[in-house]
Amino acid sequence: MAYSFPEEVLEHVFSFLSSDRDRNAVSLVCKSWYDIERWCRRRIFVGNCYAVSPEIVIRRFPELRAVEMKGKPHFADFNLVPEGWGAYAYPWIAAMEEAYPFLEEIKLKRMVVTDESLELISKSYKSFKVLVLTSCEGFTTDGLASIAANCRHLRELDLRESEVEDLSGHWLSHFPDSCTSLVSLNMSCLGSEVSFCALERLVARSPNLRTLRLNRAVPLERLANLIRRAPQLVELGTGAYSAEIRSDTFSNLADAFSACKQLKALSGFWDVVPSYLPAMYSVCSGITSLNLSYAAIPSSDLVKLISQCQNLQRLWVLDYIEDSGLDALAASCKDLQELRVFPSDPFGAEPNVSLTEQGLVSVSEGCPKLESVLYFCRQMSNAALIAIAKNRPNFIRFRLCIIDPQAPDYLTLEPLDAGFGAIVEKCKELRRLSMTGLLTDRVFKYIGSHAKKLEMLSIAFAGDSDLGLHHVLSGCDSLRKLEIRDCPFGDKALLANAAKLETMRSLWMSSCSVSFGACKLLAQKMPRLNVEVIDERGPPDSRPEGCSVERAYVYRTVASRQRLDMPDFVWTHDEDSSLRYS
Amino acid sequence: MASASDCISQTGPGLKERNYFGFSDCSSVDRSTVSSAHLESKNNMNMKATELRLGLPGSQSPERDSDFSLLNSVKLDEKPLFPLAPSKDRICTLSQKTVASGNKRGFDDTVDGFSESKTTNFSEGNWMFNATGSDPGQAKLAGNVISIRPSGTQLAIKSEVPAKTLQESTNKIIGTNTANAPAAKAQVVGWPPIRSFRKNSLVTTSKTNDEVDGKPGPGALFVKVSMDGAPYLRKVDLRMYSAYKELSSALEKMFSCFTIGQCGPQGAPTRKMLSESKLRDLLHGSEYVLTYEDKDGDWMLVGDVPWEMFIASCKKLKIMKGSDAIGLAPRSVEKCKNQN
Repeated sequence: MAYSFPEEVLEHVFSFLSSDRDRNAVSLVCKSWYDIERWCRRRIFVGNCYAVSPEIVIRRFPELRAVEMKGKPHFADFNLVPEGWGAYAYPWIAAMEEAYPFLEEIKLKRMVVTDESLELISKSYKSFKVLVLTSCEGFTTDGLASIAANCRHLRELDLRESEVEDLSGHWLSHFPDSCTSLVSLNMSCLGSEVSFCALERLVARSPNLRTLRLNRAVPLERLANLIRRAPQLVELGTGAYSAEIRSDTFSNLADAFSACKQLKALSGFWDVVPSYLPAMYSVCSGITSLNLSYAAIPSSDLVKLISQCQNLQRLWVLDYIEDSGLDALAASCKDLQELRVFPSDPFGAEPNVSLTEQGLVSVSEGCPKLESVLYFCRQMSNAALIAIAKNRPNFIRFRLCIIDPQAPDYLTLEPLDAGFGAIVEKCKELRRLSMTGLLTDRVFKYIGSHAKKLEMLSIAFAGDSDLGLHHVLSGCDSLRKLEIRDCPFGDKALLANAAKLETMRSLWMSSCSVSFGACKLLAQKMPRLNVEVIDERGPPDSRPEGCSVERAYVYRTVASRQRLDMPDFVWTHDEDSSLRYS
Repeated sequence: MASASDCISQTGPGLKERNYFGFSDCSSVDRSTVSSAHLESKNNMNMKATELRLGLPGSQSPERDSDFSLLNSVKLDEKPLFPLAPSKDRICTLSQKTVASGNKRGFDDTVDGFSESKTTNFSEGNWMFNATGSDPGQAKLAGNVISIRPSGTQLAIKSEVPAKTLQESTNKIIGTNTANAPAAKAQVVGWPPIRSFRKNSLVTTSKTNDEVDGKPGPGALFVKVSMDGAPYLRKVDLRMYSAYKELSSALEKMFSCFTIGQCGPQGAPTRKMLSESKLRDLLHGSEYVLTYEDKDGDWMLVGDVPWEMFIASCKKLKIMKGSDAIGLAPRSVEKCKNQN
């Protein structure tokens, strides 16, 4: 076969492909394209760190500049994955140190990152620029100090919602005076106070700073000075938003805000004193993203603030907003795309605010661009869900959490099958769905028949039998991630749909009816699936084979199924003896 | 101080006594009998439920379906199917046998049926759900599938809330809002699905607003637990327990593999399961003591102060070797020993 173009030309063409899917497709065309592509790929995304090994990645892609990776399954966010399960970043970091001296970006989600790893990162890569750790844990502020001190060209340090052992705020002072490259700094998850002088100086010498998210320990009195030094900010996360009510503090703050002409996103707002909210009004018309999910602001003040934000696209808020506030939102923010309403008192027996299904119905009616919702409430009805589906067929993400698991339609006491059925039927582009409430196998039948674009499904306390699971596995063509807890789903559906599991990234089932025997069988039959039995009661074969396992985590992998970092409460297929789990 | 040696169970309205450690011999036997009888009736009723009726939605009335799940979860969740530490061997074997025999037969049938009929399907790549509906093994399995539903995740002591709520909502025909038990509502692990980050933040928010005197508000209270010599640490939610005994039982369970001492390669424990009494000896005797770091950074022995005060001040837990804990208050050590 004659080659039409020299390698360099093909490389140049490929350089315009940024999406992983496109690049993967390109590499399947022929051997030579595979080879050319792999040498010029600069960024990869690994959705499950155990799906592949560092050696395999390094062998295939020798010239990476950016690595993004996810570790623990999503339900780890809710403490359903025991500590010590895995997702350690160190082996990857150590392997990449040698292989990628020019690495610039590392983005990790739900992984265990140690100070050792951070130190290694800071010392190994001369041009390291971006470190994003989302929902990670295992490191202390000492690790951050290494990063601050050694990464001369650091642009982004983003610790989104990570669990950091906060030894002191001193780490910030490790940024050398010569460091002027900072574009984004997110320290909102940290507890202790940093030196405000050091912070102000850092902000002042970072002309490219676009994102600054402070932690709660930064008091409101300090905010004005900080903002003044960075009028070019696009995203700002305040610290505690409370102070004694004084007019000079207020006007100082209002002035500082008014100088920030580029501000688009606001967050933070711990301990809000509502009287200080109007200090922000000058920027509200430009705001597209507002995260008030830590702010206990009464509905009336929220309404006043929100009605200033005509261009709002994303709102995260506590249920203090109430139905009335959501009505106002629906009336003023016609560009709203994403809404998340979190519960202010999730463990209280009685509702503490007047937030019901009605709020969501209003927003779905009033906001034509709404496509992504996460909504916590205490009651729901089929009628409301049906109305929402009719109003808003453009939903891409729909996550509903009714605080009481298995709560039925509060009007008719029927299951919410019809309501969720309407959602999947009308919202043809739905990619992510989380359901709660009283749900029978019927809702899964609807999902299997209609949710053809669904990629991620979260189920809890739902269904009657294996039929439910079977509907989902056999019907949802685009399913990538399925996470289930406390449902009567078991072996039959799992085994009958074993091949489907290889087309997905992962399946999580905890407190269901999956037996150890079925796990063994599945692992035997499907060599590319790692079937992890996560059970803290001791070896599964010390119990009858028909006993259900506490948790099963099944994921496709091309790496070894006996990962070396498995703790004692995880069992997988023993490659040496096909009949025994070790 | 309030005795920490009170029994595990709470006697709040609607909450039931748990027997996960097989404490009361006769009741676990009774329950096994009940459950296998229950299995039979469940099997009969569930034949309908297992039939694949792809073209006929809604052919079963929703109320009945919910009754199934209700009865299943309420009746069957309480029995200790898998005693966590098989110390009382007689009882364990008995209960395992009674339940397992019913389960095992059905499951084996179906699994064997599966592997046989499925070998062809495997190679053809033609996956079919084996749903003739008339296969008795299958019906049993379906019954078993529902009946061997475990009672929850690792900290399962108070995981009965969903069952209770269900029962109330359908039996009393009242909205779930009003039927819930007041203050003593137990928590299901990981429910509602809110990140710890958010939960902890809410707790401190409400504290500031309500001006409570340092008492932790509602919500989870996760603290890390480490153990000398263990390769990794664990986390527990102190709000899951109401007394020291519950906490120490849970910790025993979590760290049992480490106290055994016999470890294979990579620190994995051997198959041997220690008797529960031996575990307790290890934990409460001279070998290990449970300590905690309080708000001031001091390490104290657990058990010294009233439970509520303890959880308000505990930041971290550590299972130390007895010899290392000598520096801690000797009076407390005495107290600990006396309680057990």
